[in-house]
Amino acid sequence: MQPVLTVENVEAAYRLPNAQEVRAVDGVSLSVMPGEVLGIVGESGCGKSTLASVLAFTARPPLRIKAGTLAFDGQRVPLTESERVPSDWRGRLIALLPQGAMNSLNPTLRIRDFALDVLRAHEPNVDRRVAVERARERLQQLSLPPRVLDSYPHQLSGGMKQRVVAVISTLLNPRILIADEPTSALDVSSQRALVHLLLELLERRIITSVLFISHDLPLLSNVADQIAVMYAGEIVELGATRQIVRTPQHPYTQALIRSTLVPERTIQGRRIEGIPGQPPDLRKPPPGCRFHPRCPHAMERCTRERPPLELIDGGRVACWWVFERLRVVPSREGSDA
Amino acid sequence: MYIAAAPQTRTTSRRHPLAFLASVLRLGGIGVNTRFWISIGLLGAILVFGLLGPIVLGKRDPLRIVGGLYDPPSSKVWLGTDNFGRDVFTQLMYGTRTSLTIGLIAGAVATAIGVVIGTISGFRGGMLEEALMGITNVVITIPSIVILILLSIAIASRSVVVMGLIIGITSWPWTARAVRAQTASLRAREHLDIARLSGAGTLSLILWDIIPYMLSYIFMAFVLQFASGILQEAALSLLGLGPSNTISLGIMLHWSLLWEAVRTGAWWAFFPPTVFLTIIAFALLLLQSSLDEIFNPRLRRK
Amino acid sequence: MTSRTALLEVEGLTRRFGSGRNVVTAVKDVSFTLAPGEIVAIVGESGSGKSTLARLILRLLPPTAGTIRFAELGDVTRLRGGQLRRYWQHVQAVFQDPFATFNQFFTVRRFLLRSLGILDDPPQGTARDKAIAAALQAVGLEPSDVLPKWPHQLSGGQRQRLMIARTLLLRPRLVVADEPTSMLDASLRVTVLNLLAELRQHGTSILFITHDLGQAFYLADRLLVMYQGEIVEHGPVEAVLSAPRHPYTQRLLADVPRLGEGRTALTTSEHLTPHHFSTSS
Repeated sequence: MQPVLTVENVEAAYRLPNAQEVRAVDGVSLSVMPGEVLGIVGESGCGKSTLASVLAFTARPPLRIKAGTLAFDGQRVPLTESERVPSDWRGRLIALLPQGAMNSLNPTLRIRDFALDVLRAHEPNVDRRVAVERARERLQQLSLPPRVLDSYPHQLSGGMKQRVVAVISTLLNPRILIADEPTSALDVSSQRALVHLLLELLERRIITSVLFISHDLPLLSNVADQIAVMYAGEIVELGATRQIVRTPQHPYTQALIRSTLVPERTIQGRRIEGIPGQPPDLRKPPPGCRFHPRCPHAMERCTRERPPLELIDGGRVACWWVFERLRVVPSREGSDA
Repeated sequence: MYIAAAPQTRTTSRRHPLAFLASVLRLGGIGVNTRFWISIGLLGAILVFGLLGPIVLGKRDPLRIVGGLYDPPSSKVWLGTDNFGRDVFTQLMYGTRTSLTIGLIAGAVATAIGVVIGTISGFRGGMLEEALMGITNVVITIPSIVILILLSIAIASRSVVVMGLIIGITSWPWTARAVRAQTASLRAREHLDIARLSGAGTLSLILWDIIPYMLSYIFMAFVLQFASGILQEAALSLLGLGPSNTISLGIMLHWSLLWEAVRTGAWWAFFPPTVFLTIIAFALLLLQSSLDEIFNPRLRRK
Repeated sequence: MTSRTALLEVEGLTRRFGSGRNVVTAVKDVSFTLAPGEIVAIVGESGSGKSTLARLILRLLPPTAGTIRFAELGDVTRLRGGQLRRYWQHVQAVFQDPFATFNQFFTVRRFLLRSLGILDDPPQGTARDKAIAAALQAVGLEPSDVLPKWPHQLSGGQRQRLMIARTLLLRPRLVVADEPTSMLDASLRVTVLNLLAELRQHGTSILFITHDLGQAFYLADRLLVMYQGEIVEHGPVEAVLSAPRHPYTQRLLADVPRLGEGRTALTTSEHLTPHHFSTSS
């Protein structure tokens, strides 16, 4: 089976007013198979949202794409030349559910006007009645009350708003939905309902694949088939969800899993340690492995050389400590950084 | 997909009569930055003319008689003379200075009163708000020109400062209402809760937690009141109720109308002050409209 | 409910918003007590009234009915002005949104100095600087680094830690923590919860408000489950966890994301139907 979306070696940076560069995404390669949910997990400021806007073609200055190619349905375009991106990819075939989408709805417009706006953006001549009817049908199909179309945003709860925005963003049946932190402002019950909605969109073949970006590994582990762990603009581990959760290799992934709080007797009265320190300042990332200042296993080599992303047991890991433990000889040498 | 940005501060283009003109300027099709710098350039030129002019060209008395009735412009009197034979160019320099001073005082007084009444009533709410807004609404319904005329007659000697005060005291209600609305929307912010829990009293909350958050808004309101103050001074002076023993752009117009400069073709007596008033008001409104857009990205054209 | 040892005693607390036909009862007849040194969690989804309850207890919002009693201060429900100040010397807060709780025009130093204003006899001079430095170090912030900074120069996690440093500095007897972690990354939550747990070692009680039972279990001794403005279940954490009685508690428990192994884990439960539970149990 061919991946529906493949990106290779994406580099994107923000240019600050003082001409400094913040390398938010640095050499990221990913592919998404049809029917698959690919999860991307990482802390705030690790470049997740930047990657989302690059993949959804919504990157605007001061964010600049410096390198990378994107292949969609077998057609490859360089990301640096935005004019070569076919116009129906943007928003039509690859749709973005941006972070905080539910809070940026225009408070003076009803939900049905928002649906009309979304449809008009790609089908300028669509009739108002037809558009509302399509939105109504879609909501019914997904067991959401169609009367929300007549409501104003403030009349809906946060969870309902987010679900409605998700449904309307997918009215045009995009092939790929990029959901950027869709659940982070919701309570646990609404989180679960939204996740269900996305999975139902997939099962009904309304969308082909989902790229689900979140800082919440437990949540992600219940949605994603594959998980990519991002740290400081790079992917440090990538693999099947089961593998990431059961046998995490990278110390960062391990720390993320250790800091999970579940309502089970095991955590009560026990002290769980968070990850010490802060994510690095991407204006001047640390040399070598970017995680080394916070890593309990850091070795001398980690401070000097950047570990490559190596294939290990079907997954991919970038960590000298793992390579040494498993006696893996990297196929390409680590780069001095 | 279209998602409107959430409003940050509400636009000042409501309620104030001059704000309508400012919103018309926004439709001009010129970029925000261009408009901002045009307005700064115009205001700068006017200020240099009014403040530095008398210093560079040497102090002259604008009320001194140097020629006859409506002498046309010449190398000696660059813009001719007025009906009393006084130098129009010198009058223009000092008149601009007077008009700007009165506008500045009026704008500052109106803004100060408006901010005090607006923040207190918006912050405290309840009976105090009802009472203060009641007063405000009464002042708003009385045409300010009537108060101005009555006050101007009542006060025998009207200095520049007194004129500014009179105009300021009658034009604060608009600012008070706008500031009250802003304060009420800021009142529920969480940083105020933390400040309350830190023992901050009402004055401290208003001064440090409310006003800094609407400084940009207050400044725009001030610019609008400044422009409006200059135009009100011109209107009063035109009626002969301007400041005594000095010259202003409005007083120049007053005399030129009385001595029929239009009919006699003495364009130099009425045209320059009209142009100056227009430029000052235009520049201030342009500044206000561009600032409004800089502070409210929602208004920016896509 | 009346125990002489209680630090906080809430009885019949009710708050209604609006009037006439639009009246909404956000908090309905809530009663509970909190002992010195105890951590009690109030758990509920958004809109359950738990944040309104927090503001009522903090006396930032007047209640419609009911009483709040606090240790030797007695009935604090109607306190005003200077007396309220006395109450706030003992009761402080950590709020949800680390971006909204800071006055953006104050540096960290000025923010902390202003906070000391609630104390009758705040430390002065070097004693004050030492106290501030100690509080910041206790939450893992470097004083010389953060004191001159503006709030926008700090990350969300740093700001929440700063809020906890503020409570350490003021040493209140009760901290009301309203969703202190919900806007933070999952990986930072544990750190903030651990800091709150350390507050208890200084004798501070905590009222911890959250939508996440996982966090409540980790931190709290006792649970109050809130649904539509009412407490529908309460008890020690262990008991509620092992045998949740109210269907709403059961659902909250089921909704906490646990580490799964792909999407099969979710498809068994149905969550797209609107849920309504009787609140009369």
